[in-house]
Amino acid sequence: MTQIPARIAAWFSTKGWSIHPHQQEMFDRACSPATLLIAPTGGGKTMAGFLPSLAELADAGHNGLHTIYVSPLKALAADIKRNLRTPVDEIGLPVRIEDRTGDTSATQKKRQRADPPHILLTTPESLALLTSYEDAPRMFEGVQRIIVDEIHALAESKRGDQLMLALARLQHLNPDLRRVGLSATVEDPAAVARFLTRHPDPCQIVQADPGPDPDIRMLETSQMPPWSGGGAAYAIPTVLEQIKHHKTTLIFHNTRAQAEIFFHNLWLANDDGLPIGIHHGSLDRQQRERVEAAMVRGDLRAIVCTGSLDLGIDWGDVDLVIQIGAPKNVKRLVQRIGRANHRYNAPSKALLVPANRFEVVECVAALEAAKAHELDGEPRGRGPRDVLCQHILIAACAGPFNADDLYAEMTSAGPYAQLKRAEFDACLNFCATGGYALQAYDRWQRLQQRTDGQWQLRDPRAASRIRMNLGTIQDTDTLKVRLKRNRGGKPLGEVEEAFAASLTPGDTFLIGGQIVRYEGLREMVVEVSRRADRKPKIATFSGTKFATSTQLSDRILRMFAQTDWPQLPPHTAEWLDLQRQMSRLPQRDRLLIESFPSDGREHLCVYGFAGRNAQQTLGLLLTKRMEETGLAPLGFVATDYATLIWGLDAVTDPRPLLQPDALRDGLDTWLAGNAVMKRTFRASATIAGLIERNMAGQRKSGRQATFSSDILYDTLLKYDPDHLLMQITREEAMRGLVDFGRIETMLARIGDRIDLVRLERVSPLSAPLFLEVGKVPVKGSAEERLLAEESARLLQEAGLEQL
Amino acid sequence: MNELEFPFAGQCLCALPSGALWWPDENLLCVSDLHLGKSERVARRGGPSLPPYDSRETLDRLKDDLAHTNAKTVVCLGDSFDDLEAARALPKSEMLRIATLQSGRQWIWIEGNHDPGPIELGGTHLFEWHRGPLVFRHIAQDPARGEVSGHYHPKVRVRVKGRHISRPAFLLNDHRLILPAYGTFTGGLRSTDNVLSALMGSQAMAILTGPHPHLMPMPR
Repeated sequence: MTQIPARIAAWFSTKGWSIHPHQQEMFDRACSPATLLIAPTGGGKTMAGFLPSLAELADAGHNGLHTIYVSPLKALAADIKRNLRTPVDEIGLPVRIEDRTGDTSATQKKRQRADPPHILLTTPESLALLTSYEDAPRMFEGVQRIIVDEIHALAESKRGDQLMLALARLQHLNPDLRRVGLSATVEDPAAVARFLTRHPDPCQIVQADPGPDPDIRMLETSQMPPWSGGGAAYAIPTVLEQIKHHKTTLIFHNTRAQAEIFFHNLWLANDDGLPIGIHHGSLDRQQRERVEAAMVRGDLRAIVCTGSLDLGIDWGDVDLVIQIGAPKNVKRLVQRIGRANHRYNAPSKALLVPANRFEVVECVAALEAAKAHELDGEPRGRGPRDVLCQHILIAACAGPFNADDLYAEMTSAGPYAQLKRAEFDACLNFCATGGYALQAYDRWQRLQQRTDGQWQLRDPRAASRIRMNLGTIQDTDTLKVRLKRNRGGKPLGEVEEAFAASLTPGDTFLIGGQIVRYEGLREMVVEVSRRADRKPKIATFSGTKFATSTQLSDRILRMFAQTDWPQLPPHTAEWLDLQRQMSRLPQRDRLLIESFPSDGREHLCVYGFAGRNAQQTLGLLLTKRMEETGLAPLGFVATDYATLIWGLDAVTDPRPLLQPDALRDGLDTWLAGNAVMKRTFRASATIAGLIERNMAGQRKSGRQATFSSDILYDTLLKYDPDHLLMQITREEAMRGLVDFGRIETMLARIGDRIDLVRLERVSPLSAPLFLEVGKVPVKGSAEERLLAEESARLLQEAGLEQL
Repeated sequence: MNELEFPFAGQCLCALPSGALWWPDENLLCVSDLHLGKSERVARRGGPSLPPYDSRETLDRLKDDLAHTNAKTVVCLGDSFDDLEAARALPKSEMLRIATLQSGRQWIWIEGNHDPGPIELGGTHLFEWHRGPLVFRHIAQDPARGEVSGHYHPKVRVRVKGRHISRPAFLLNDHRLILPAYGTFTGGLRSTDNVLSALMGSQAMAILTGPHPHLMPMPR
């Protein structure tokens, strides 16, 4: 088929639109088994994906499901339904379009399984769930096309791995299924293509015209940014001016807490009463929806938001994007900027606002990278096995299976193409018995092999529990926040349980832009009252803390090597100059370590520039080595560029501490008792079905759940350290949160070029680290020494030192 | 081993890093609140399934302390089992471990509120037991004289140079000594709690357990 049906083409003309070249190309390639479209926002990407489906459905010959559209957001599925409805109705196509997400009613869902629409709009989780039903083969019979929207975002998480396993199942049911991926600009399109396609099918890549370069600048403010922190309060007046000069402004933040604080300050300064809203993942759904609706109507002049607005929905007339805080990653910056000006072929306009002095450097580096079209990104690792375990269980829910067939099916998914048979068998064994240390427990004996060799659920009733635990998104342990009223007041949003635990009645914090007073905890709900007069205690629901990308860090180090910095504001250039005079500036092929006393303690600052997670790990490993060598460390704090360690004794020779082999050995033992590992274990164990998510009606408190998963972890570590889940946890930890890979790369790069600079006091570059939050205490000999001192002091005070 | 000697009721006693009490002159080791079988009981009552290795870990620590002190008498100060059912359901391997520890020793099981009544294990079962000037019972009673008890799982939290350090602890005054819980997965009650403050009075001292036990006035 190369001809777009006349009535569809005619509809385009009546709208005064022409078909974009990439839309035509996608149409021409409609028969390819897999196609990936890379196009900027506003490029008619969705229409490019659906055109072939509409054309094939135009002659009313198709019965049942024809096209499945998958998006990472429920809201996006609903939005696409509206946007698709209009052309379908206006052209008069006989096409039924329905969405199916977690919000769809149970009756509707049931009917959809019996009588599926032509086009089904859904999410990866809902699709995976559909494949778990026994009637899946009937429902999916005859499916022709699957469209994966925002595939660049899905490919970055386990949701993508889950989706590709579900696609493998669909393809198994319909060998002729054609796959289409829609992506924003990415650094490595071929990798996304490999991820999308059925292994080893080829995947065509269609590149749309990227449009003109965005207009990105630093926001010029009269005030200097502070030394530390993420609030960017100094920029409020200038940001307000910008809002006034634009129709609609999106103000992006890296974390939810920062968004809340900024929004609060923005309101305090908003003398003209401009309509400004806030949107982030911790807000109550109703509140978010209200903001979204107001935005679509064009009622808002600005929205303070987080990554929750990174994707999808067409927000109308956004003509300015402001990024508060360093973007950490050039690709995300470019994608965010694409949110401004959805009209194709008009440049998007964006302003960067560093929140502190170091971020000035990072923002300028990111800006230069964006101008040079240098996107960053880590190569995607192979598909994680916890998701595989979940899909083995999902397959068992749908009916008995043959292990050989399932292995063949799963390895046709791009992320699992390299999966070895032995690894698959280990996952199957885990699903069947729980693994060596746990096989005594009935609840983990879930599969059995029949005499004909097929595997099936040991207890068919387990299917509903497996379905309830389906998915890879981890809810952090959050508690709902409500206004205190007689019968339960208005829901405001959610805060992390750990944060709630730190509150005492009378404390105030920010949520949804208002200051509230903590009244108490009732049935797992945080009850609050409105307070407008107090300075709030800061909400620490964290949102995501991204690490600065390797490419961006490199660019910063290259910038440090300049003799002067005309591209930086004078205050920042002077700061760097002062550092060069007092100490040194970090260099790309050397490792700078500063040592200095401050406030009665010894400090060590290691400028590894390896990103937040890796610097955190380095802190843990170095303090462990220091503990072993009697250097009595007390604690450390890490940022994207450095780790600051304090303790009782000065380090005079850091080389032995930084031996790669010793660090790696340390990693193995350290990984043991570490909280990050426990968190990683908990996530993987939940996905793999070892721990159940909180069941409806019998919600455990998050702490209780953490307790039992921590104990499981400790036990497996001690008695079955090679348990599959422990292997998965280690594998996960090496990338993500532990990020040891980046430490190894850094150590390999610097070799023995380590410079220890002894100073009499804090250096200019290390000073901001003292103000960082997230300090990690080290429990060890220093603690014993402190306790001994304290015990002596107290006994003497009480006149009991003779005892 | 970094034990800490202290005088009590005219005797010289030792606080061991593990939270066990060692009485060298009598060759006696005393431990409290082992809570063996806790994971089994939690699972039986519908709680989260914890792998059943906590008992083994507690017994391993006891084995180390016995090897170090070579005690001839062992006093378990009550709540040795999480409940009587747990005592009965203890796996064979753990029973065997206990029997091995018991061989060649006098072994006293003091009854606790979790495990009132005899269990099918060797040793003597008593409500309380006197030895020299000391009396061993599960829960502290008034008036006390040379009393050694457990039950409360005391712990102490101190703030030193801006950090909080929390440790299971021995609490003592002239007449009373309360032992920390010895079992794995046992929580604790802070010394500042009203019950403990009232029980111990204003002159109380605490010994924090850990690699080096530390003596200090009990935080109230």
